[in-house]
Amino acid sequence: MSDQGRWLYAVADRGAAEDHAWLTGVAGVAGGEVRAVRSAGLTALVSDVDLGEFGAEALRRNLEDLRWLEEVAWAHHHVIEAASRHVSLLPIRLATVYGGDASVTAALVERQREFTCALAQIRDRVEWGVKAYAAPANPVPAARASSASGTGSGSGTGMAYLKRRRDELAANQDAQRDTTAGARAVYAELAGHAAGARLHPPQSPQLRGSKAPMLLNAAYLVRRCDATSFAAAVASAANAHPELRLELTGPWPPYSFAGGDAW
Amino acid sequence: MTSGNIIQPGGGTARAYGGGQAASGHAPANLGDILERVLDKGLVIAGDIQINLLDIELLTVKLRLVIASLDTAREVGINWWENDPWLSADAGRRASDRDLRAENRRLENKIRELESGQPGHDGGGRVPARRTRRAADDE
Repeated sequence: MSDQGRWLYAVADRGAAEDHAWLTGVAGVAGGEVRAVRSAGLTALVSDVDLGEFGAEALRRNLEDLRWLEEVAWAHHHVIEAASRHVSLLPIRLATVYGGDASVTAALVERQREFTCALAQIRDRVEWGVKAYAAPANPVPAARASSASGTGSGSGTGMAYLKRRRDELAANQDAQRDTTAGARAVYAELAGHAAGARLHPPQSPQLRGSKAPMLLNAAYLVRRCDATSFAAAVASAANAHPELRLELTGPWPPYSFAGGDAW
Repeated sequence: MTSGNIIQPGGGTARAYGGGQAASGHAPANLGDILERVLDKGLVIAGDIQINLLDIELLTVKLRLVIASLDTAREVGINWWENDPWLSADAGRRASDRDLRAENRRLENKIRELESGQPGHDGGGRVPARRTRRAADDE
């Protein structure tokens, strides 16, 4: 066994990836040259990696190194992204490493059915990410709170303060309920414009530039040619929900839909 | 870019639609989005090189928390996750030591309370303890 392993990026149809001129010049993880390994009517995109850095022990250590991880993650994504402009493909989870071409071939043969089914689901479709936050300058709580405080502010007593405080809290709770319900509604509305929808855990507001908590972190599988109409749907959802700020990212290779389950 | 509205594949850009405002400017997709996808999504198949799944999950959990602002975190040199008991084994041990000590103190206090507050009551245990507390509340 050599000290070179095969890093797996994606699996595509053999036919779709037959002409892989677009692969030339695409640098993979650790600068490796990306190439195709074909079997069972499928194509695997791989590059050689040094097992000294990408073997089991080293990987375990390196994956905990955020700087190393960042570099590898970008390289992995870059290859998948570049290839996905040309073919429909299944992105493979980071750090899937084989000992040689023969084991890659064996994996294609062994899981041919699964790959073929999953490829059929994502063919000519891309992933769009939609995140929702509470709109930063949400005027609702402030307006409610000030109108409430207006009624009791004349007395200036402790009771008035408590009432004002209680109203403020209630207004905040109402606003929070509104935005959460809004985010749920947006998720469902947009799902109507997509072939698949996935809910991801919201990303942490900790250390984030904005303090606004993420209320929705969703991924949608959309036909490649429907990009404009999906963006329009997001824009109209944003108009219908002024309490939210929506963010659209993409198109992404269909990372969230490569697993194929839970449609 | 094929047109103003269509962005090339890869999630290189993000568009924001905010609180009734018209679509605003473009921002680069963040590293967190990339990490979330390459680590947490994507098809999982077993390679020849086996990575301990627990390790990966720990990493993923860690990133899920860090993910939104890895860049920011690095810029300001924050490594708060190292002290997060949920994320770091060392910190976890320290935290559980603290918890144990606190628990010990609580139990010692309870025993003292029982011994002093309920002399002559047979059995001991929780019920008298609650009675003691209720009696104290009533006073």
